[in-house]
Amino acid sequence: MAILLDVRDLSVDYLADDGTPLHAVDGVTFRLEEGRSLGLVGESGCGKTTVMLAILRLLPQEGRIVRGQVLFDGKDLLQYSEAQMRQVRWQHISMVFQGAMNALNPVRTIESQIVEALQVHSVVEHAQAARERAGELLRLVGIPPERGSQYPHQYSGGMRQRAVIAMALACNPRILIADEPTTALDVMIQAQILELLERLQAELHLSLILVTHDLGMVAEVCDDVLVMYGGVVAEYASSDVIFNDPCHPYTQRLLQAFPDVGRPGAALASIPGNPPRLDDLPPGCRFQPRCDCPRRGPICAHEPPPLTEIAPGHYVACHWVRKV
Amino acid sequence: MKFLRQFIHSPMGVIGAAMLLVVVLVAIFAPFLAPYDPYERVEASPEDILAPPDRDHLLGRDDAGKDVLSLLIYGARVSLIVGFTASFMSMLIGTTVGLVAGYYGGRIGNLLMRLADFLMVIPDLPLMLVIIAVWGRGLWKIILVIGILGWTYTARLVRSQVLSIRERQFVLRARALGASDARIILRHIFPQVLPLIIAEAVLDISVAILAESSLAFLGLGDPTLVSWGMMLNFAFERAISRQAWWFLLPPGFAIVWVSLSLVLIGNTLDQIVNPRLRTHHLFDARRMVALVTGEPPQRGVELPG
Amino acid sequence: MEGSPVLQVHELYKYFPLSQGPWAALTRKRRRMVRAVDGVSFSVHRGEILALVGESGSGKTTVGMNVVGLQQPTRGYVLFDGYNVTEWARGHGPSLEAKDGPLAALSRRRRIMRLRQKAQMIFQDPYESLNPRQTVFDIVAEPLEIHRLARSREEKKERVREALETCGLVPADHFWDRFPAELSGGQRQRVVIAGALVLEPELLVADEPVSMLDVSIRAEILNLLHALRRERGITILYTTHDLATAGFFTDRMAVMYLGRIVELGPTAEVLARPQHPYTRALISVVPVPNPRRRRQRFILQGEIPNPTDIPPGCRFHPRCPCAVPECRETDPQLRPVAPDHEVACIFAGQL
Repeated sequence: MAILLDVRDLSVDYLADDGTPLHAVDGVTFRLEEGRSLGLVGESGCGKTTVMLAILRLLPQEGRIVRGQVLFDGKDLLQYSEAQMRQVRWQHISMVFQGAMNALNPVRTIESQIVEALQVHSVVEHAQAARERAGELLRLVGIPPERGSQYPHQYSGGMRQRAVIAMALACNPRILIADEPTTALDVMIQAQILELLERLQAELHLSLILVTHDLGMVAEVCDDVLVMYGGVVAEYASSDVIFNDPCHPYTQRLLQAFPDVGRPGAALASIPGNPPRLDDLPPGCRFQPRCDCPRRGPICAHEPPPLTEIAPGHYVACHWVRKV
Repeated sequence: MKFLRQFIHSPMGVIGAAMLLVVVLVAIFAPFLAPYDPYERVEASPEDILAPPDRDHLLGRDDAGKDVLSLLIYGARVSLIVGFTASFMSMLIGTTVGLVAGYYGGRIGNLLMRLADFLMVIPDLPLMLVIIAVWGRGLWKIILVIGILGWTYTARLVRSQVLSIRERQFVLRARALGASDARIILRHIFPQVLPLIIAEAVLDISVAILAESSLAFLGLGDPTLVSWGMMLNFAFERAISRQAWWFLLPPGFAIVWVSLSLVLIGNTLDQIVNPRLRTHHLFDARRMVALVTGEPPQRGVELPG
Repeated sequence: MEGSPVLQVHELYKYFPLSQGPWAALTRKRRRMVRAVDGVSFSVHRGEILALVGESGSGKTTVGMNVVGLQQPTRGYVLFDGYNVTEWARGHGPSLEAKDGPLAALSRRRRIMRLRQKAQMIFQDPYESLNPRQTVFDIVAEPLEIHRLARSREEKKERVREALETCGLVPADHFWDRFPAELSGGQRQRVVIAGALVLEPELLVADEPVSMLDVSIRAEILNLLHALRRERGITILYTTHDLATAGFFTDRMAVMYLGRIVELGPTAEVLARPQHPYTRALISVVPVPNPRRRRQRFILQGEIPNPTDIPPGCRFHPRCPCAVPECRETDPQLRPVAPDHEVACIFAGQL
């Protein structure tokens, strides 16, 4: 399979109010192959959304990409001009932002908002064609096209999320990034949205990046998983490896902390402490203060572990996990 | 503390506070600052009447031969007393009404709000004129009238806030614990609206000062006291035809000065304490809007997770 | 589960009138009602953890609110420790008193206060359920002040310390001068729980206490609740939409749909052998954290109907994959299919 997106050593700093740089994302590396799906998992504040915004070059003003490459089809997006970038956004890579379903314009119909997206990105010039395309998009995401003339408040949460996904698909992107697409939705609606994403991925041959804190969702949908902690990659491997043979202590703990409906009553491990704050990052391994791995040693507190490929396609950032 | 720091960092607020401080000091130390006692009877010779400024009378003299500068300095006292007392009164009434109407709602709440609406739609000034004309002139009567008619906006503001705070989970939690209404209102609701009330009260002071000036200007001020509005009244009646600008301009300028200072302070406070949308890093409305439109977020947007 | 029921909810109905315009009031149209809870009965034994599972709009939160007395039922009643707390709060006498106890002599206000002390609610959003202008100490001490339970400052301090440390905020002095904004989500939820625990309640109604928290924190809070039951015998009514967390630590499970309980039984049994089509669908869509165990999902189309227009017959039939014409007419009641396992479906036991 062709590699569509190749992110290498991507690092982002945020400038604090007093001008000191906070290393929000440090050395994130991953690849996305055509037609596959990648899950980006981590707790709030771990930098997963920042990575996505950096790829789209949509960081807030305080954010700076300080290192790295984002190769899309072999070309580095970080070298693109803003005008070129605008071509890439939505037309090649589009994103369903977290909470976007609650940010639809309440006084305009869903259809007119999709039409606007189409016209802004000059996919369709003609108004009639744009309306037809909007209807097509709505049908694609499972909304009867005649409901396009309704307003956001007449839609349920799940329908609004579908509408936002339709907007993201307006320009036939090759990569769809979905940031917490099911947060705040009910379980059944979550399942409907997941099913929709899977179907779209297959029908449109999309590559999908799912950004979420929900391990279960990733296990259901994704081929590969990137686990982030405190702005760095902890572990990166295929879904099967991550869930059945995790090597990083954080991944292991996280999985043990996740309740499994198939195994009711099983003990849940908790991870004591809190994720690190950006202005107070530990010097060595960022997970070290919360790590309870028996093998851990003094080196953990001093030296950040490099991301090492311990088996083909299995990357771990831990001093104590070695190549087998 | 954080509040104070934010205030100090706002140039508008600092300027306003400094401007107000000048007036307050002038009012307090009026007897020391004023070159003459405006309440003393002056035997004025015809050339003293509306005499233009000179070395002894920096702002000239009024139509009775009194020193305008001294009148101006003493006038600050009345304006500030009326402003602070009346706005304190309207704040007290407005807050109580707002809290009761917002927290209990129901028939009493409705009744109170309809009363507020009623008072709101009647233009204040004519109503005050009528009341003062019937009731008689006097400093405390003026304060009472301004205070009693000025609470409606505060009440509306407080009520709308209470309505939303009442439904918040920490109030629900207090209710589940068995807290009494008084406790919930005083411990949980009032502290949340207090900053807003203060900001509103500061703005109210300038409204009250203007109201007093208007009443005095229209000849319904306390006849025994010097106030800026009274000065304007006399100046308007007697000085304009003689082009005695030194009598007309200073009180007008003083009123603008105080009102401006209070508006600057009030707006700064308002900006600091105004309830914004709850900003949780997961649900930052501004960021979401920025992101949906595909435009780079504007400055001031929270860092994404 | 052994022991007498601490909580009995009997035929609970809670309707909210829909606000209507003046025209409708004039024409005396029948007022439309939101039927949030539409006839729910269950009991919880001492030291038991019961999960009340359902999607939003199922009425599970409303049940919790009625149990702790934050709302008054439209019909039906709640017995707490055998006392009819609904009647007390309504202002009627203790006419439905189930037993004579030491409370019978107390005034109405004192009895309500006892309920408020012994039944505590933990809310969903730890960012919202703490007063941002109170310190941690004030928040945890407030229940003691309201119920006048601490005789001295020292005693108050001691009890607050104990509650905070039980909830894992150790050492307590490190936390109690702080304001909620300075705490993480997990710490805030611990403060909320400490504020409930300080009254030594018998019943905790935990309304989605972990749904706003990160995964690693979630496990800590669930473990804490579990420990409270184990060590203090506290009864817990845990409302959630997440079957996976419910499966982790609850003894029995009641699945709610549109204001009714459709299935009620031991948690392990319900999860392993769900009898109601809704429960089956709900379980099948819970994500399983292992790609090797991906299962077929029974995804129900559409969404929970509006509780103002509850479908006739079985309220689930419009979305039910197994519905037959009869479902449109019969409104099935809960009936036993196994010991302690009840299902409201005409096909109960045949699925």
